[in-house]
Amino acid sequence: MELKYILEAVLFSAQKPLSPAELRDVLSDAAEHGEDEAARAFRKVRLDDLNAALEQLAREHEQARRSYRLVCVAGSWQFVSQPEYAAWLKALVGEKMRPSRLSQPALETLAIIAYRQPLTRAEMEQIRGVSVDGVMQTLQERGLIEQVGRAEVVGRPMTYGTTSLFLEYFGLRSLEDLPAADELRRIPVQKPESLLTVEPGLATTPPLPLHEAETGGGRPGEATPGQAVHSPQ
Amino acid sequence: MRRPVRQSLRPLMAEYKVQFEVFEGPLDLLLYLVKKEEVDIYEVNLTKIATEFVEYLEMMRELDLEVAGEFIVMASTLMYIKSRELLPVDQQVQAEGEEEEEDPRWELIRQLVEYKKFKDAAGQLQTREAEQEKIFPRLPGKLEFESDQPPPRPEVSLFDLIGAVSQVLKRFQQRNENLRDIYADKWTVSEKIELLRRTISDRRSVKFSELFEHTTSRSEVVVTFLALLELIRLKFLKVSQPEPFSEIEISENQAAGGSPVAESAAPSAISNPQAT
Repeated sequence: MELKYILEAVLFSAQKPLSPAELRDVLSDAAEHGEDEAARAFRKVRLDDLNAALEQLAREHEQARRSYRLVCVAGSWQFVSQPEYAAWLKALVGEKMRPSRLSQPALETLAIIAYRQPLTRAEMEQIRGVSVDGVMQTLQERGLIEQVGRAEVVGRPMTYGTTSLFLEYFGLRSLEDLPAADELRRIPVQKPESLLTVEPGLATTPPLPLHEAETGGGRPGEATPGQAVHSPQ
Repeated sequence: MRRPVRQSLRPLMAEYKVQFEVFEGPLDLLLYLVKKEEVDIYEVNLTKIATEFVEYLEMMRELDLEVAGEFIVMASTLMYIKSRELLPVDQQVQAEGEEEEEDPRWELIRQLVEYKKFKDAAGQLQTREAEQEKIFPRLPGKLEFESDQPPPRPEVSLFDLIGAVSQVLKRFQQRNENLRDIYADKWTVSEKIELLRRTISDRRSVKFSELFEHTTSRSEVVVTFLALLELIRLKFLKVSQPEPFSEIEISENQAAGGSPVAESAAPSAISNPQAT
């Protein structure tokens, strides 16, 4: 009996998504109370092995190109249908009960919180350049974000982070699963060396030859202040 | 210097009205302007952008759109950058007490780059949001296991039933020892089946002895018993003992799903010859 197929059967019948720890409990439960001889072999399964088996199983399902797949959302595994079959499933179970889609400001703020958590309102506003009061309320009401603590700065403002509902809403396994997670996390934007250097006596950055062709060539008639100062040289 | 820009923007006036409503803030507007330039953010000519930005703000005023404070702050930052650039570098004044002041252009571009990254990330979240609407989780119904239900009662065999009915019959023997009256058989098996079914569906469960409480003759006991056996055979009723050696109980057989079986029970019972 292979571990991955036992997990497959359990997840197939499960009422809710199951975490690797919950699956391990099922295995040890079966080993202790079940009469099946084979179940005893899985009395103590390491979480690493369990995770590996789940990954393997998910890959197999993906490769088999079935109409459903095994996914891990917010740390718990479950079978879900492939999006291509939405039309028929909607006909079967009706429109999914989902709140209205998030607005652009809400999504922007949510993205900032997701990547930079924990952070304060002031930090969000610094990135967005506008107030976030309205959208913060919406996001909190929808349970996508929550207060996670206080920043150790003057006034000890609240800091915010995303909830596990956030992961569920976007079908994410964990925060690591966010696209370009490492890039947007903490690393500050690097200042390029060559650009923005002003020649002594010149008020404006002389355009680099490479994109002079792009910008200058694209609009021949348009005289920018930079070019105007630049030309007498 | 402003004139040519203004002229180029004029014909686009109708476009602003729509677009201003979707700008989330000054950074959003700046990004839009950079995008229009079709250059990399790092390489954008901020002086030119500054002019266009102020043009937009003026347009917003003309169109009676509310200009949020953040836009004004951004405009002043841009104008500061622009004014600084108009001076030769050696004449540019450092703000007091800030010897190593960061280039204000760099600060703005850094902010723009960062904002753009999060705006892109928000776009990806939006895609995921739409995608999630099309994904349906498998939600099986709750599995009903035997162990969830009360343990099955001890089964009652045919011999137990016969033993029980013979007890009832014995009572009649004792009671009617000296009586030799002849009664016409008042009951048929099918009539008793009807009666039994009605009693059981009213009361859910009946004790074995209760079935014979009102019987007046041996033959009625026998007819009732035959009716009981028929209903058990048709799986309409089930007999059980709550505990070993306790009295037999008769109840409806839920597992067999009641009525369709009950419907078929009647005709087959009627076809039975009258019990003797």
